[in-house]
Amino acid sequence: MEIEIDGKMAHVPDGSTIMDAAQQVGAYIPHFCYHKKLSIAANCRMCLVQVEKAPKPLPACATPVTNGMKVFTHSELAVKAQQGVMEFLLINHPLDCPICDQGGECQLQDLAVGYGGSASRFQEGKRVVFHKDVGPLISMQEMARCIHCTRCVRFGQEIAGVMELGMANRNMHSEIMTFVGRSVDSELSGNMIDLCPVGALTSKPFRYAARSWELGRRKSISPHDSLGANLTVQVKNNVVMRVLPRENEDVNECWVSDKDRFSYEALSSPARLTKPMVRIDGSLREVAWNVALDYVTHALKDVVGTSGGEALAALASPHATLEELHLLQKLIRSLGSGNVDFRPRRRDFSTDGRLDGVPWLGLKLSEIKDLDAALVVGSFLRKDHPLFAQRLRQLAKKWGKVSLLALGADDPLINLHARMSVSPARLPLALAAVVKAAAQLKGEAVAAELASVEPCATSQAIARSLLDGERRAIFLGNAAEQHPQAAQLHALALELARLTGASCGFIGEAANSAGGYVAKALPTALNAHSMFAQPRQAYLLLGVEPELDCHDPQLAVSALKGARLVVVLTPFKDGAAGDYADVLLPTAPFTETSGSFVNSEGRLQSFTGVVRPLGDARPGWKVLRVLGNLLDLPGFDYDSSEQVRDEVAPGGEGFVQGLNNGLHSLAVSLPAPTEALQRVADVPIYAADPLARRAAALQKTADAMPPTARMNTQTLAAVGVGDGAAVRVRQGNGEVVLEARLDDTVPEACVRVAAAHVSTAALGEMFGAINVERA
Amino acid sequence: MAILGAINPMLSVGLDGDNAWRLADYVKRGGYTALRRILEEKLPQEYVINEVKKSVLRGRGGAGFPTGLKWSFMPRSFPGDKYVVCNSDEGEPGTFKDRDILRYDPHSVIEGMAIAGFAMGAGRGYNYIHGEVWEIYERFEEALDEARAAGLLGKDILGSGFNFDLFAHHGYGAYICGEETALLESIEGKKGQPRFKPPFPASFGLYGKPTTINNTETFASIPYIINLGGEHYLEAGKANNGGTKLFSVSGHVNRPGNYEIPLGTPFATLLDMAGGMRGGRQLKGCIPGGSSSPVVPAATMMDCTMDYDSISKAGSMLGSGAVIVMDETTCMVKALERLSFFYYEESCGQCTPCREGTNWLYKIVHRIEHGQGRADDLDLLASVTTNIMGRTICALGDAASMPVQSFIKHYRDEFAYHIEHKKCLVPVDVQRAGSGFFTATV
Amino acid sequence: MLTSESLKRIDREIAKYPADQKQSAVMASLAIAQEEQGWLSSEAIEFVAGYLGMAPIAAYEVASFYNMYDLKPVGKYKVSVCTNLPCMLTGGVDAGEYLKQKLGIDYNETTPDGLITLKEGECMGACGDAPVMIVNNRRMCSWMNPEQIDKLLAELK
Ligand SMILES: Cc1cc2nc3c(=O)[nH]c(=O)nc-3n(C[C@H](O)[C@H](O)[C@H](O)COP(=O)(O)O)c2cc1C
Ligand code: SF4
Ligand code: FES
Repeated sequence: MEIEIDGKMAHVPDGSTIMDAAQQVGAYIPHFCYHKKLSIAANCRMCLVQVEKAPKPLPACATPVTNGMKVFTHSELAVKAQQGVMEFLLINHPLDCPICDQGGECQLQDLAVGYGGSASRFQEGKRVVFHKDVGPLISMQEMARCIHCTRCVRFGQEIAGVMELGMANRNMHSEIMTFVGRSVDSELSGNMIDLCPVGALTSKPFRYAARSWELGRRKSISPHDSLGANLTVQVKNNVVMRVLPRENEDVNECWVSDKDRFSYEALSSPARLTKPMVRIDGSLREVAWNVALDYVTHALKDVVGTSGGEALAALASPHATLEELHLLQKLIRSLGSGNVDFRPRRRDFSTDGRLDGVPWLGLKLSEIKDLDAALVVGSFLRKDHPLFAQRLRQLAKKWGKVSLLALGADDPLINLHARMSVSPARLPLALAAVVKAAAQLKGEAVAAELASVEPCATSQAIARSLLDGERRAIFLGNAAEQHPQAAQLHALALELARLTGASCGFIGEAANSAGGYVAKALPTALNAHSMFAQPRQAYLLLGVEPELDCHDPQLAVSALKGARLVVVLTPFKDGAAGDYADVLLPTAPFTETSGSFVNSEGRLQSFTGVVRPLGDARPGWKVLRVLGNLLDLPGFDYDSSEQVRDEVAPGGEGFVQGLNNGLHSLAVSLPAPTEALQRVADVPIYAADPLARRAAALQKTADAMPPTARMNTQTLAAVGVGDGAAVRVRQGNGEVVLEARLDDTVPEACVRVAAAHVSTAALGEMFGAINVERA
Repeated sequence: MAILGAINPMLSVGLDGDNAWRLADYVKRGGYTALRRILEEKLPQEYVINEVKKSVLRGRGGAGFPTGLKWSFMPRSFPGDKYVVCNSDEGEPGTFKDRDILRYDPHSVIEGMAIAGFAMGAGRGYNYIHGEVWEIYERFEEALDEARAAGLLGKDILGSGFNFDLFAHHGYGAYICGEETALLESIEGKKGQPRFKPPFPASFGLYGKPTTINNTETFASIPYIINLGGEHYLEAGKANNGGTKLFSVSGHVNRPGNYEIPLGTPFATLLDMAGGMRGGRQLKGCIPGGSSSPVVPAATMMDCTMDYDSISKAGSMLGSGAVIVMDETTCMVKALERLSFFYYEESCGQCTPCREGTNWLYKIVHRIEHGQGRADDLDLLASVTTNIMGRTICALGDAASMPVQSFIKHYRDEFAYHIEHKKCLVPVDVQRAGSGFFTATV
Repeated sequence: MLTSESLKRIDREIAKYPADQKQSAVMASLAIAQEEQGWLSSEAIEFVAGYLGMAPIAAYEVASFYNMYDLKPVGKYKVSVCTNLPCMLTGGVDAGEYLKQKLGIDYNETTPDGLITLKEGECMGACGDAPVMIVNNRRMCSWMNPEQIDKLLAELK
């Protein structure tokens, strides 16, 4: 299609709109309701343009291009129409720009300068719209500012997958609201704030904190989930004031999750550790850096000198940077220990030593939209991976058949092709059934281990979807990696991939779940579980909070409490480390250090600090470098984090080498599933990492409510308690009292008790046996 | 008596008696012969569409679009579901003909829709019925039951292999749902907010499937067209204005009601049929095609014939055929105020010029009516209507603007008087007497 | 929440639409709920939304868009008077005034005994019968003069 816009020619595909074409030739057409990621509403009418031969102005956002069309975006007719619309938009809009949070970044304000008249011809009283309370994240205090573009409503319906906001009433009394004053609970809700072209929806935590023009804008990368969302961090006076998405179509598109957006509040929380602390006479006291480092050096030398390197173990968070992970494993190995790991929530390590490369997603994030079918195994999809789930949601809306094999029937807000919800013990069997169904459909023989597996109709439907079409993918989620038979799930998924031709990969739990493998922060001796099962004399913890982050916190904490030396590198002082740490070294969170994350698709993204470290905190890589120097270890002379990065990933930014999900010498074997009561532990979205845990507003959301013991009707009846009763929940030596909740999304013979929360930290394994009785 | 008067009637023949609406009565009047003939003689779809084209039947819902042409837009070879939708949401002030068609002759609509379904290869239909006329909805449901029981709807109609299911959907108080795409949204269970066109319903209609929407009277006319033949139907009216049409006459006449006349009949004849002006008073103005059509002053109106072309020449629109007659006791400012309130109130609120503009228009007219008009208000009204017209998603914006423009154009003095003297030109007691509420005997 | 009779009626409405288009029955379902309960509480709206598998706010959008739904309790009888132009010309506004005076209430008010709520309606598609009014969304009363109105009021008990 050929089209002329303001005299400039453009060639656009059939089905394009005038707005698309204008964007191509760089002609700006004013607009409010149009957004490239949302359906076209054409309701604001700001984008009216003149089209040759058309008797009236047409909305550029909704008018399809025809061949030879001539468009004038700034002709008298067009500008008159635009001015007319602007006058209408302003008659009921409050003139409160000086006190409006959106001031300086308001599309209405910007356009009003260009198109608005100077004096209002509207002499009547303005519309009054009551404010609404929709929860701790979004402020709807000044709804009189709303221009009814419905972007927020469409976002909910189309991107977040749940309609929480609607436009009620009609005529000029139309109002954006939630159902009877409910809160907006979507894990993507903050994007509505960005989408709102005026100051009607604003950020509650940010309100009145600063004016937009006072803020410095710095690039960064999200340290939370494995997507690696690109961020713009806004700072004022060396304080992070706000986090916004930075558009990267291949990664986060133009969105971020609420966790990415609102976790920044933790960065300036009073819980920040700003000075090194050393345990003196039984309590932790602030000391100078040289004192603390001196203490650590001597203590480490002592342990290693008297008991050998194997007496020492190091555990890092998968949210640590590539540079930190690299230096940690280098330090530990140089001290003669093979006990290092960065996968605290893993339980099954039998693939260690059998991996063909760095486990990854198996395809690029941008390729998801072209899939014909996808199967996700073992994931609390929406809460584990909000934006990854969003991509699957869009896929399912188009043509893709998305299936889910999970430990609960949580609503992923995806139009699913098929789903199975099973107990942890049955997960390998369920996946095996899909493998068997695929083999049968292909007429292939299956391994002897699968002989007795009987595929049900659902597994057949899933297998069939994976056999149809060109591009298909299997994704293993967090729960599949945390599962006690993770290796078997991995092997079965590979077998399914082989049979169907689908790709197979890991979604990855954290910002550096792939990066840790690249950095080889991996055990050659004791892993993240065995280092606690066989207690060591000394532990080095990097950014990890074992009582919340470990698969079996009971085991971890008891080993730490019994250790001679526990050194913790952390940005926070308020954790349980106060009970077991001998030294706390204040390290910088992602905004105060440079570093890199490798996201699940293997994309290495480096970032620099956006503010100076708070107090005496120091970048983790620098602390580890200094420790290396003080311990007289070779190869710790780095001038920059880039040097560290280039040592591990010589290619720098871009996709890392060696991505491969293959396994060697691991046979499929299916242990008989137990029918005893089992725990299903999810990691609640705002409990997943130390930053999110300390983000004040996020902690007030529905997703941050304290864990309960959720059971389906039968289980609850078997336990003999009613919905809402107090129950005593026991694992090993630990027990807690929780509220029982009826929840029929929980599989048979399971109790869903969330991990990563102080109230359940006394419990044991995430998917282990569990006892529940009336309290 | 259903229709108060007629000249060369078709639609209103034989509608006397309490049971006229029943299937048996309809069949006695020759009902379902058109559908029967089409199915039994296995007439091709093309034949049906051609007859409708030849009849020059123009949509009776307001826009007057040629029905045969509209039907030919439906993708004939589309593989999936297709829909036929009847617009009985009659909410345009002054219009009440569809109510009477459904009240006295529902089977003509059912038959017309089934024929349409056959012609366009649509297997399902919905009739969207105005919520305020509840008995009509219930009666239509009953008529549907009768038709189903008689094998005239449903699977394998009359053993022909043609399937057509038809259902009734009721509105619940929203004028905008008369707009065809708002109506579709409403059937889909949403607010009645019009869709931007293109795409048109013929390619993206109900549930995103190809859909044709016609007015009740349009569908009711179809059996007559098939029975008479398109050409004969056309001849009943005048060139480019095929057939007869129902006119709803309301306001200051002696016998308000529905009248069926051939298109092209003089307005004076219609006015006579309606019993002439009440109390022998003078005609002041007439809104010839429902409240959204521009008002026409008495003299011009008396020269018009009732058809699309003549009314259009007089600067207005035949619209739905709702003739609102106003005599000299009418305060034109108050009349416009009430209409402006209606359009403001009924704006769906979706698009800016209509949502904000209709409210603004009403506020200004209201101000004038209540003695707070300003000297420049008439210019302001003109300017606001210009900023609404042609810039909205649906035609409600235009519908709200045209009365304002035409009332001011033809009765400017009366508005100016109001602004200057802060009161009506027509004394209030005269207005009240005109309504006859306290004096009239029915 | 709703009686089984109402649910049966709702099921009949659902059956009118394609199986994956249950939401189409929302208008009818809300009308049925209102008929049963007199008005539409948020609980009723949420129930209907759940029954049809739609978001509560989507059902609320519908309930608040269409005029004939009552989102607040109304009197035992809701009398809506059409005052639109065609009715106005032949006494619609006067009929409204007459009712107001008789009942001692204004539009959108309810008589102190909770019997009658008065509403100003829009065109009911019956202008030939003006003045018209509707009782409880169902019963259309035509050609209403003072005498007819008195009779109607005497009947509404
Ligand atoms: C605001 C508005 C209200 C309308 N109301 C009605 C109506 O009540 N009945 C009707 O048949 N058409 C109405 N229409 C016209 C319809 O959109 C549509 O043109 C018509 O139903 C098509 O049928 P026809 O071609 O048989 O006339 C309305 C249009 C607009 C813009
Ligand atoms: S013109 Fe009015 S009624 Fe039509 S879409 Fe726009 S706001 Fe809605
Ligand atoms: S951007 Fe086109 S109408 Fe709003």
